[in-house]
Amino acid sequence: MKARVTITLKPGVLDPQGRAIQNALGGLGFEGIAGVRQGKVIELDLADGTSEAVIDAMCSKLLANTVIENYRIELL
Amino acid sequence: MKAAVIVFPGSNCDRDLAVAIETITGTAPAMVWHRDAELPAGLDLIALPGGFSYGDYLRSGAMSARSPVMQAVVAAAAQGRAVLGVCNGFQVLTEAGLLPGALMRNAGLDFVCRDVGLRVENSQTMFTARYDAGEAIRIPVAHHDGNYFTDTETLDRLEGEGRVVLRYTESVNGSARDIAGIINETGNVLGLMPHPERLIEAEQGGTDGRRMFEALAVALG
Repeated sequence: MKARVTITLKPGVLDPQGRAIQNALGGLGFEGIAGVRQGKVIELDLADGTSEAVIDAMCSKLLANTVIENYRIELL
Repeated sequence: MKAAVIVFPGSNCDRDLAVAIETITGTAPAMVWHRDAELPAGLDLIALPGGFSYGDYLRSGAMSARSPVMQAVVAAAAQGRAVLGVCNGFQVLTEAGLLPGALMRNAGLDFVCRDVGLRVENSQTMFTARYDAGEAIRIPVAHHDGNYFTDTETLDRLEGEGRVVLRYTESVNGSARDIAGIINETGNVLGLMPHPERLIEAEQGGTDGRRMFEALAVALG
């Protein structure tokens, strides 16, 4: 089975990389971009039957830093 | 004083730190590889060096914070052993939960490598007792992820408890409240982004880092 973990910065945490991307898009002439936030996607190839609780533990113990990041798990 | 320097794959200031400790205390520290699950017995100081452990994969310090030796470091910190984390070592300490907050990408996105002005905000710690309160010093930084972040409540608590030990006196990396170094609640774990081990001898361009190691040598015998 596969799972996809999407990690995003919490609201209110400044994202200088997102800001740089926003500026670069503006520089290319794209208009109306109110904000850009950069995150990460981690795809896990897991033993069948791995519970979502175990994947959640993987996220909270290593994959995300919950001081600054939120995460979302999707089973594929 | 019996000291150990933890060496992670990708550490690159471990020898500088070892030389600084040996220069001040006269005794070479043990170099402990990150896979060792146990620390040498009877340590007074555990130092986590700068560098790019694990290539900063996932997040700076994230992989190192979960390496076998860190469980022993966390246990030693809980027993009151002195722990010093410099630069990547500071990142490892936050990732390991020994210090609050996180060190994020510098606000200007640039790698910052230069001497910066600092103010010693708390000289009542075992790490800073040889500095004067409010003293201005200059120590080099060399980092990409030194932008300290935590929530406002935690920042207020750190400030109120005198746990902001070092503060930048100039714009460096976007750090919340210009924080350069913080200490834990019990005063035995210090993390800082600047590199005091790089300013031990006058030949290095200054000696503003020397007194941190002198203070530890006095406090820890």
